Parts: sequence; structure tokens; C-alpha cells
Amino acid sequence: MNLLVCISKTPDTTSRISFRPNEKEYNTDGVSFIMNPYDEWYALVKALEITEKNGGNVTVINVGPASNDIIIRKALAIGATDAVRVNLENPDAYTTSANIAAHAKNKSYDIIFTGKETIDFNGSEVGAMVAEMLDLPFISYASALEVNGNTSKITRDIEGGVEVCQVEGPYVLSASKGLAEQRIPNMKGIMMAKTKPLTVLDPISENARVTIEKFILPPGKSGVKLINPDDMDELVRLLHEEAKVI
Amino acid sequence: MAVLVYIENPKGKIKKTGYEVACYGAQVAKSLGTDCIGLLIGKTENAGAVGEYGPSKVIHINADQEVEFDSQSFTKVITDVANEHKANIIILAHSANGKALTGRLAVRMNAGNVSGANSLPDTSGGFVVNKSVYSGKAIVRYNITAENKVISVMGNTLKPQAISTAVSPETRTAPLAATNTKVIERKISEGVVPLPEAEIVVSAGRGMKGPENWGIIEDLAAALGATTACSRPVADSDWRPHHEHVGQTGIAIRPNLYIAAGISGAIQHLAGVNNSKVIVVINKDPEAPFFKAADYGVVGDLFEVVPKLTAAIKKFKH
Ligand SMILES: Cc1cc2nc3c(=O)[nH]c(=O)nc-3n(C[C@H](O)[C@H](O)[C@H](O)COP(=O)(O)OP(=O)(O)OC[C@H]3O[C@@H](n4cnc5c(N)ncnc54)[C@H](O)[C@@H]3O)c2cc1C
Repeated sequence: MNLLVCISKTPDTTSRISFRPNEKEYNTDGVSFIMNPYDEWYALVKALEITEKNGGNVTVINVGPASNDIIIRKALAIGATDAVRVNLENPDAYTTSANIAAHAKNKSYDIIFTGKETIDFNGSEVGAMVAEMLDLPFISYASALEVNGNTSKITRDIEGGVEVCQVEGPYVLSASKGLAEQRIPNMKGIMMAKTKPLTVLDPISENARVTIEKFILPPGKSGVKLINPDDMDELVRLLHEEAKVI
Repeated sequence: MAVLVYIENPKGKIKKTGYEVACYGAQVAKSLGTDCIGLLIGKTENAGAVGEYGPSKVIHINADQEVEFDSQSFTKVITDVANEHKANIIILAHSANGKALTGRLAVRMNAGNVSGANSLPDTSGGFVVNKSVYSGKAIVRYNITAENKVISVMGNTLKPQAISTAVSPETRTAPLAATNTKVIERKISEGVVPLPEAEIVVSAGRGMKGPENWGIIEDLAAALGATTACSRPVADSDWRPHHEHVGQTGIAIRPNLYIAAGISGAIQHLAGVNNSKVIVVINKDPEAPFFKAADYGVVGDLFEVVPKLTAAIKKFKH
């Protein structure tokens, strides 16, 4: 099977968040970046499991600048066969998707994986966009997947439970927790990653459809009001009269 | 120009988020001086009620059939209706199905989109909507510059209010494009408000010591009419079902009231809950980081505090 895994780079959740003086750009100074966990832990590892069982290749693709090669090499160290990077600084979801779709168009991938969302912008957009651009089915938030020849049985998370669907032929899937278990790259993987092919492609450009007007910091909490643990009537009164939530 | 609102109807019932997006769409239409059209697909009880929340017209497709969700065929139906009515703005819920649709709709409409918006658009100098990013540590203001726009709206962004009267839906049949996807099974816990829609959430963490102790959490939730949630280690140890897990790797919620008992408040947990309107933290450790994100805090043993709170709620509701 021929599988494509879309990977992106995000700041570690514990990073300090600040913006450049123009308030339109994230200040990356001193921030440590990681491969988006849904892409790495679930999408990539599930794709590897499938090819380990059925044979085939796992290609990873990233749309981003050369500084993203660090996460691409990590994906190769975890086990991807080869990689593609479309050379573009700061693409939005639409542009990212258009570039992934342009690459995937004539490659007849059996499954295209993304993470369910990135942990910085939580957009959940790229998988759906790539699917629409290629006119393929899209199964979001997959937490289990069984592949049998041309048929896949996929469990997806929905409100209050799960839905199980069956898909014939190629499709796009976004991965959520449960789809696979995180793998830590070993020394051999890291050494091999250095020689695996990484193709750099020129981007196609898209018009901006959305612009960032600015980033603002959320109004901070004014400080916690501590309630005597023996006086829960007081808490109820405050929730009713002051907070007006009950 | 018009605003089209896609309204979900799982098992034939309109969800609360459906009324929320109907209100949202109607307010957007009003601010632009245009019409708002509600759209439903498949059998639905009382579809005309959508009109009470503002849309002046409701289109109901395949009203006599149960239709299974499929992002590919639904995208075609929704965009066909949008094109027919020259709707350049599509609004939908940022729900499980909404998330599968938003990106597709944006591509098919060649639109600018914001997924997970949590404010009405500011149309004073563009079309600017807010969205919470970086684990709730920042808000981005997006200006949708494209002519066509698709916005998926976070639950509880607006309080749905009936402001008008029901309308009689325009029903019609539209063949859903055949796709290679079919739903074969669905497993949902019955009788509870799903977490993303809950107004009150009672959540508990590893401080509970074990699954056998959850009775006090369920009692508190029952007294408040709340939905229960949990931290990640609780779901990972199978003390509670996976769909209750909130946070960065679980689901993100923004209820009016979030009560957390025996949860330390790690950043990955906060990422999923810090947009809640009011947060109450019950923890025996006064240094627990969660207190910094809380509005009200109780420093104490949850096994004593939670039953007392339940009793006080019951007294209040009486
Ligand atoms: C990449 C990544 C993603 C993650 N995603 C998530 C996520 O989505 N959601 C999530 O929740 N976590 C997530 N985590 C884990 C997170 O970092 C914390 O480890 C987790 O939230 C801790 O759960 P807890 O608060 O239940 O347990 P603990 O941190 O063990 O805290 C238990 C708390 O209970 C209190 N307590 C104990 N006994 C009592 C008592 N009798 N009465 C009152 N209080 C008591 C203690 O003081 C303590 O504060 C993630 C971690 C990583 C690295």
C-alpha cells in the first residue's frame, strides 16, 4: 500500500506565548517546536503499522521552510520511507492543503493521513480540504482503523461516543488518540533517516482568503475566590448571584 | 448575498448547537442587512422551529428519509443550496461532523474560513471573527477577506434565544451523491447531554483514587443537570470512558460552569477547558496550578467537599 502522512510543526504546548510588536506574528524566540502530536503519535505510527502488515511505503509531506526538516527527519527516523517538503514559509490551511493535494494528485495513495488538528490552531481543516480538492471521502477523528484489501473499517469519535464506518477505495483520514501508540525513534532509525530521500518541491501559491488582523491575550482571570470548605451554601450563593451560572 | 446555516439533526433531533448556529447566522445576516436561511438534511422533528431562532426561511432536504452523515455528499448538497440562493456565507457548528465539513465547504465555495470561531463577526472594518488559539493562551482575530466565507462556531458562543416564530420549511428531495463511505454502527451513551453541548460540566481527576468512587461525582452532576468529564490519566486507566476525556488530547469544551475535583490543572488539561465561563476548583493542595485558572476555589478533601456541595445544590434547587 502507498500511504501519505501530512505532518506539521507546532510549538510545544508548554511554550510561552508572545507576539511580535506588529501583533500579527507569533514570537518564535526561544520556543521549542515539535512535530504535531496527532501527526506523529497516531497518524504516522498507524500508517507504519499498516505497511508493516501489508507491505508498501509511507511518505511524509510537510509544507514549510527548510527549518522544518528537523521534524521531517524525525518522521523518517520513526520509520517513514521517504519525505516531501514543499518549500513555503508560513502557509495557511488552504495553501497547505492545495500543495498537498497537488503532490498527491497523480500518486494514487491508498490513504492520506493527517492529525485530527494541530495543537496550536486546532483548525481541523487540512484533511477536509485535501479530501475535497481530490474529491475523496474524508473520515475525521479516527480512533481505530482496520484495513482489509480495498476496504477500511474506521471508528471515528463523535459527540458522546463513536461511529463505525466502512470506506471502499482511497480516502483521507484524520487521526485522534487511540489510533496507535507513540513510537520513540531508536538509534538505528535516526542513522537511517539521514540517508532517506527528502524531495523539496516548489510551492504553488494561493490567494490569501483570510488574514490575521491581530493576536490578543485573553482577559486574565481576576484571581480565585477561595471558599471555606465547610460552607458550600456560600459557593452555591456565589454561583447563583454573582456568577449567574446556576 | 445571503447567509446559509447548516443545522445538524442527529437521530432526527435538532441539537442545541443547531439553534445556536441559527441565532448566529441570523445575527450575521441582520448586521449585513440580508437574509438567513436554515438548512436541514434528513428526517427531523419540528424542523420549522429553526425559524424561531431567526432564519426567515428553512429548507429541509429529504425530510422523509433518515440520512447518514457523509462529508463528501453533504458538502455537495450544502454548496448547491448556497449557490442556488446566492448565499456567500455558510455557518455551521464546530462539532464532530461540522469539523469534517468546514474545510470541504471552504474549498468547494472557494471561501475564506475560520473553524472554531467564538465571537460574532465584527463588520465595522472588514469581517473579523475571534478564535481561541495556543491552548487558550491567545485569541486570534481573523479577517475573512474572501467574498465567500465559511465559519464553524464553537458550542456555547451564543445563548440560543427564540426571537421569532416557526416557519414552515420548504421541503424538497435531492439525491445525495453516491460515495464510497457508509456508516455501519454507532455507539453513544444514551440520555446524557454530550460534553460539547453541556452548559454545566462536573469533572474529576486522579484525586478520585479509583473508578469505584465516582458516585459522588455522578450525584453532583445529577443535582446540577450536568455532564461528567475527566482528566486524561483517568480515561487512560479506563476509570471512565474515553469520550469523557477533556483537554488537549481529548475534547475542548466551553461550558458556562466547569467544576473540577481532584484535577491538578496541567496546561494540557487547561487547554481543553480554560474557555469555560466560570471555573470552580476543588483540590486539597492549595498549590495546585488549577487555582490560578479558577474563579472559585475550595481547598479541601474532595471526598468531603463534593457531597457537601451536592447537598447545598439540592437545598438551593428545592
Ligand atoms: C502531550 C500531552 C497531552 C496531554 N493531554 C491531556 C489532556 O487532554 N487532558 C488531560 O487532562 N491531561 C492531559 N495530559 C496530561 C496532563 O499533563 C496531566 O498529567 C493530567 O492532566 C493530570 O491529571 P490529574 O489532574 O487528574 O492528575 P494529577 O496531576 O495526579 O492530579 C491529581 C490532583 O488531585 C488532587 N487530589 C488528590 N487527592 C485529593 C483529595 N482527596 N481531595 C482533593 N484533591 C485531591 C491532588 O492535589 C492533585 O492536584 C497531557 C500530557 C501530555 C504530555
